[in-house]
Amino acid sequence: MPKHVVSFIVENKPGVLFKVSNLFRRRGYNIDGITVGALLDPELSRMTVTVDADSRELNQIVEQLDKLVEVIKIKRLDPIRTICRELVLVKLMTQDPEARQEAVEAINENHGLILDIEPETIIAEITGEPSEIDKFLDRVKKIRIKEISRTGASAIEKGNVIL
Amino acid sequence: MVVMTGAQAYVKALEKEGVDTIFGITGAAVIPICDELLNSQIRYIGGVHEQGSTHMADGYARASGRVGVCQVTSGPGATNIVTGIATAQLDSSPVVAFTGQVPKYMVGTDAFQEVDIIGITASITKHNTQVREAKEIPQAVKSAFFISNTGRKGAVVVDLPKDTQTDSSEMVFPDKINFRGYHLVSEPDIQEIEWAAQLLARAKKPVIMAGGGVISSGASSELIELAELLVSPVAHSLMGKGSIPSTHPLNLGLCGMHGRCEANYLVPEADVLLVVGARFSDRTTGSLSGFTTNAKIIHLDVDKSEIDKNVDSITRVVGDAKSSLRMIRERIIELKQGSKNNSEWFKKIHDFRAMSEGLKSNSPINVPDIIRAIRRAMPRESIVVTDVGQHQMWSALFYDVYDAGYFLTSGGLGTMGWGTPAAIGAKVAKPDTPVLNISGDGSFSMTENNLAIAVEENLPITVVILNNNMLGMVAQWLRLFYNHRYSAVNRSKRPDFVKLAESYDAVGIHGEEINQIETEIRRSIKNKQTTVIDIKIDPEENVLPMIPPGGGLKDILIG
Ligand SMILES: Cc1ncc(C[n+]2csc(CCOP(=O)(O)OP(=O)(O)O)c2C)c(N)n1
Repeated sequence: MPKHVVSFIVENKPGVLFKVSNLFRRRGYNIDGITVGALLDPELSRMTVTVDADSRELNQIVEQLDKLVEVIKIKRLDPIRTICRELVLVKLMTQDPEARQEAVEAINENHGLILDIEPETIIAEITGEPSEIDKFLDRVKKIRIKEISRTGASAIEKGNVIL
Repeated sequence: MVVMTGAQAYVKALEKEGVDTIFGITGAAVIPICDELLNSQIRYIGGVHEQGSTHMADGYARASGRVGVCQVTSGPGATNIVTGIATAQLDSSPVVAFTGQVPKYMVGTDAFQEVDIIGITASITKHNTQVREAKEIPQAVKSAFFISNTGRKGAVVVDLPKDTQTDSSEMVFPDKINFRGYHLVSEPDIQEIEWAAQLLARAKKPVIMAGGGVISSGASSELIELAELLVSPVAHSLMGKGSIPSTHPLNLGLCGMHGRCEANYLVPEADVLLVVGARFSDRTTGSLSGFTTNAKIIHLDVDKSEIDKNVDSITRVVGDAKSSLRMIRERIIELKQGSKNNSEWFKKIHDFRAMSEGLKSNSPINVPDIIRAIRRAMPRESIVVTDVGQHQMWSALFYDVYDAGYFLTSGGLGTMGWGTPAAIGAKVAKPDTPVLNISGDGSFSMTENNLAIAVEENLPITVVILNNNMLGMVAQWLRLFYNHRYSAVNRSKRPDFVKLAESYDAVGIHGEEINQIETEIRRSIKNKQTTVIDIKIDPEENVLPMIPPGGGLKDILIG
C-alpha cells in the first residue's frame, strides 16, 4: 500500500487533467503516481493519486483539489480498508534459454500473464500492489529489462461505501 | 427560448447579472461583443492599458461588493490582465474578466494574437473556462458571476472564441445553476461554534485577529459586538483594516511586519486567539515560531483549505464570518461566562499604544503628520486607496478608517500601480463619495496614464504622491539590512508630476506644508476635479515600527 491514496471524481472535460496537475506543480506537492479513467456516467472520470506526504501536506492536497470547480467529490482513502492495484507491462530480453526459463518462472510466481513471446523477447503483464510490482521488477532486473510501462495505482475502499 | 448571437446572449446575460459598468480595451477578438454593447445601457469605460482596466474592476468590486467586470481582446490584451487578475485573486476580490480568443477552428495553431489564457491564468484564478459553443454563453456568464462572488470570493476568467460571439443559437438563460463541484458552506457546525464559544468564554487574555474576510462578509458589527462582549482587543491584518474603526478603544491596529507595537506585543501574549477571515500570511505573522507562543488558536474561515495551512489551530469554525460570529456570541451569552473584565490585560493595550504614539520623526514635514492631515481634510465617509511601498504602510498605520470598505489596498500581491486605477474604479462604484489615492513616485509612475480616464470619464479622484524620488520601501530594507548599499532604488529623473497632471487636464499642485495640503485636498473634493498633489518627502525616512524579515512579532524595531 502506498503511503496515502486520494481518489476523486472529476468532470470529464478537456483541460481538467491540466488543472489538477497544474495545482500539484504550483503548490509543490510530491505525487508518486496519478491515474485517470472514465466512469459509467460519460460526464465523469475518476482520478487516483498516490502520495508520500506528511499530514499537513496531505490535508492541503485534499482541500486544494476540492476547491477546483471541476472536482466533484474527493476522499482520502482509509489505508486499512483500501485495495490498491497497479498493472505493469514489461518487455524482457530472453534470447538466452536460461534467461527465458527464469523469466517465465518469475512471471508465473507473480500470477502474471505472458502476452507475447518472440525469439528475443517476452512481454509480460503483472498486476498487484505497487510494492509487489517493485519487487517483481527488482527480481527480473538481472534478466535485462528492455522496456517498462506502469499504469500507476488504482484504488477502491472495501465494504458498502463509495467515494 | 430565443435565437440570438453569442454576443447578444453575452450582453443580455450581463444585464441579468445587474452589470452597470465594464472596464476594458477593445481589439479584433472582441469587436462583436463591443458592438453589441452599443445596444445596451451598460457603461463601457475604455482604458489606456488592460492592467489598469482590471485594477479599475477590482477597485469597483472592493468599493461596492459587486462583481467588477473587465473585457479585453485576445493575445496581448489577455496577457496584460495577468497582474490585475492575480491582484484581485490574492485579495479575494470578485472580478470577472472576459477575454476574446481566436475562433475555435484556429485555437492551437498559434494564430495571430492567440495565447492560451486559460493555461496562463489557471493558477491565479478561482476558476477559469473557455466557452466552446455560442449556446454555452448564458450559463458561462452566470456561473462566472456566481463563483466569483460567493464563498471565498475571487477572480474568474472566461475566454470567448470569436466564433462563439458571432454564431447564433437558441439560448436558454438559467435562473439557477447547479454545480456538481462547487458547493457553498452552509451554516457553521454547531459543535465547532460550541468549542469556540467555550474557549473564548474562559479566556483570560483573548485577542481577536480580523482579516479581509470580515470585510467581504460584511461582518464588522458582529466582530465589534463579540469583541465588546469579551472586552477582547482586536488586531487586524492589512486586509482587515476598516473591519473595526481605527478609533475603537479595543482596536490594536495593524499586526505584522509593520504592525503597531500594541498589536505585535499583545498577539503573542494572548491565551486564546480568534482569527477571523485571515490566512496567516507571512507579512502578518512574522516568523511562525514567534507568532503564537501560548495561544490556543481558533480559526474561523469560509475557505476550509486555509485552516491548518500555515498555522495549526486548536479548533476551527468553517463558515461565513457574519453568521459564525453571531452564533459564537449568542452561545457565549448563554454560557453566562463572558467578560472576565481582565483589567490588567486591558491596561497593557494602553501601555503599548503609548509606545506607538511615542514614535516621532525629526524631518520637517514628516509623513505620519501628512497622513493625519489627509484624514482631517477628507470627509468622514470617503474612500482612501493606497499603492504599494512605504506610503502604503504609513497609511495603514496612521490613516484612521471608520468603516469597512473605505480603505482599499493591494495586500496579498502588493502590486505597485494598483492605486490610481483602483481609485477610479471605486469612484465608478460610489460616484458621490470622495476617493483619494495615496501613492509613491514609483507606484504612481507605473499607471499614471489612467489619469486620462479619470478626466475623460469625469471620475474625479485626488492623488497624493509622497515623493521621495526613490523606490522607498526597498531603500528602507537596504538602509536597515544591507548596510545602506543602494542598488536599483534611486530615481533621479522623475517627471514633474504637477506638469504631468496638467497635461492630462487634471489639476497639479506642489504640496509644501501641512495646512496648504489640507486646503488643496478640500478644494479638489469640493471642485470635483481630478487633482495630483506632489509632496516631496525625506528619502531617508523609515516606516516604523518594523520587524526585520525573518523576525518574530516581538522583534519589533521602533527607532
Ligand atoms: C509591480 C511591482 N514591482 C516591484 C515591486 C517591489 N517593490 C515593493 S515596494 C517598492 C518601492 C515602491 O516605491 P514607491 O511607489 O515610490 O513608494 P515608497 O516606498 O517610496 O513609498 C518596490 C519596487 C512591487 N511591489 N510591485
